[in-house]
Amino acid sequence: MSWQLDLIVLTMVVICGIAAINIRDLLGAGILFGAYSFMMCLLWAVMGAVDVAFTEASVGAGVSTVLFVAAVFRTTRRTKD
Amino acid sequence: MNEILTTIISKYNYWGFILLMMIGLYAMMVKKNLVKKIIGMNIFQTGIILFYVSIGVKKGATIPIISHGHGKEKHVIHAAEYINPLPHVLMLTAIVVSVATLGVALALAIKVYREYDTLEEDEINKKIRDQAK
Amino acid sequence: MRILGLVIVILCGSILIYHTSDFPDWGHPASPASTHVSPYYIEKALDDTAVPNIVTAVLADYRGYDTMFETTVIFCAGIACFFLLRITRRMEPSVTLYRHLPTGITLRIEKGGKEPDDSNIFKRIDTQWVPYDLIINTTCRMVIPFIQLFALYVISHGHHSPGGGFQGGVILGASVILFAISTDLRTAISRMSERLGAFLSATGVFIYAGAGALCLVLGANFLDYSALAPVLNVNSVMARSHGILIVEIGVGLAVMAVMIWIYYNLSSAGRHDEGL
Repeated sequence: MSWQLDLIVLTMVVICGIAAINIRDLLGAGILFGAYSFMMCLLWAVMGAVDVAFTEASVGAGVSTVLFVAAVFRTTRRTKD
Repeated sequence: MNEILTTIISKYNYWGFILLMMIGLYAMMVKKNLVKKIIGMNIFQTGIILFYVSIGVKKGATIPIISHGHGKEKHVIHAAEYINPLPHVLMLTAIVVSVATLGVALALAIKVYREYDTLEEDEINKKIRDQAK
Repeated sequence: MRILGLVIVILCGSILIYHTSDFPDWGHPASPASTHVSPYYIEKALDDTAVPNIVTAVLADYRGYDTMFETTVIFCAGIACFFLLRITRRMEPSVTLYRHLPTGITLRIEKGGKEPDDSNIFKRIDTQWVPYDLIINTTCRMVIPFIQLFALYVISHGHHSPGGGFQGGVILGASVILFAISTDLRTAISRMSERLGAFLSATGVFIYAGAGALCLVLGANFLDYSALAPVLNVNSVMARSHGILIVEIGVGLAVMAVMIWIYYNLSSAGRHDEGL
């Protein structure tokens, strides 16, 4: 558990989070949120929380991305901001 | 100079989760699109979960699974050798609950879209005002 | 509004960052979170429950109440999605599409037209999204059994490795969702119906609460699995281990069914007819 690796992954998480709320396409936002969740899962694996990382990999990066895609499929991709 | 560096190394993780919470809060307050607000809510949740997990970290400790084998004599388990498992337990359930709340939130968004044919907050407000007239 | 929001957010963030100076250093072994109750869990979990993975032991045994009500929250979320979105009255679609399987020709039938009744030759397909790709279909058909096997492994091996009811249940649910994506939603619903999903999610919560109530009947506290020792014919330490497994199975069933249920309702917007 080196702090350099931790810092790199944390920076990636913040970048993915900012990108997910700023992209002007809801499908892209959902996919970027999946990338954000996966980076978060890596961060928790670095911190030694293996159970939490496993849960986040299956729930956050798997099912919640599917739910976002399904909701966008049923509504619209358009967004103003 | 060296003291500042040690302060940064020992505290930057907390700053990281505060940054994530700020991103989530900003998205929930300022963004007009409902799905963007839901994404902001989830970022806020993961920020708080990150805080809980990071207070359980111990330097020089291993993951909270006790190494054992059949037939070996019992060795004494020291608490300092294992990472604190309690925040992990609380947050593990919180993650699964967060996906359930995400499902309900998206169901509400679909319901709103079915009713008003848009996901933008200002357009929904305008349509409600027009209906009231 | 944008400026006001930014000011509020930065104000909150700066207050929080100012107060991080009171926090213990990151990764400090003597931080308050690691000194009160967690050393007991770490040192006693293996002796008390014979479960090497401390997270599983604390999740299902020491803090069983918490997990039980989290499972109930998930169950309630599934029901909430159902009541928000489900449309039970049948909506006749204006256009239905059928594929003639031997030739691959698509039939377009307007409203009121005669529908083909031979289901061996004609197959109904979605109007918006027609997922028919040989590679995707074959790959998913081959991969799904292994995903389900892995999910069962995760549930049953949660005592010794990362995993447990929540993760295994989500992976099981994801395998059915993958099936629904690779074929279509009607095929998935014909395999795993909504009625079965509702029944399984309620069964999962019932197994959890029932294991607790059984302990109560046998004369111990609620969710104190050591009381199950005479029933399971093992000593009290192994009874706690087996009790954790029973509870994890309940959690896995409930989580699996709720994930599938939410996906059905979201992807078809409550009609359970055409979906992603």
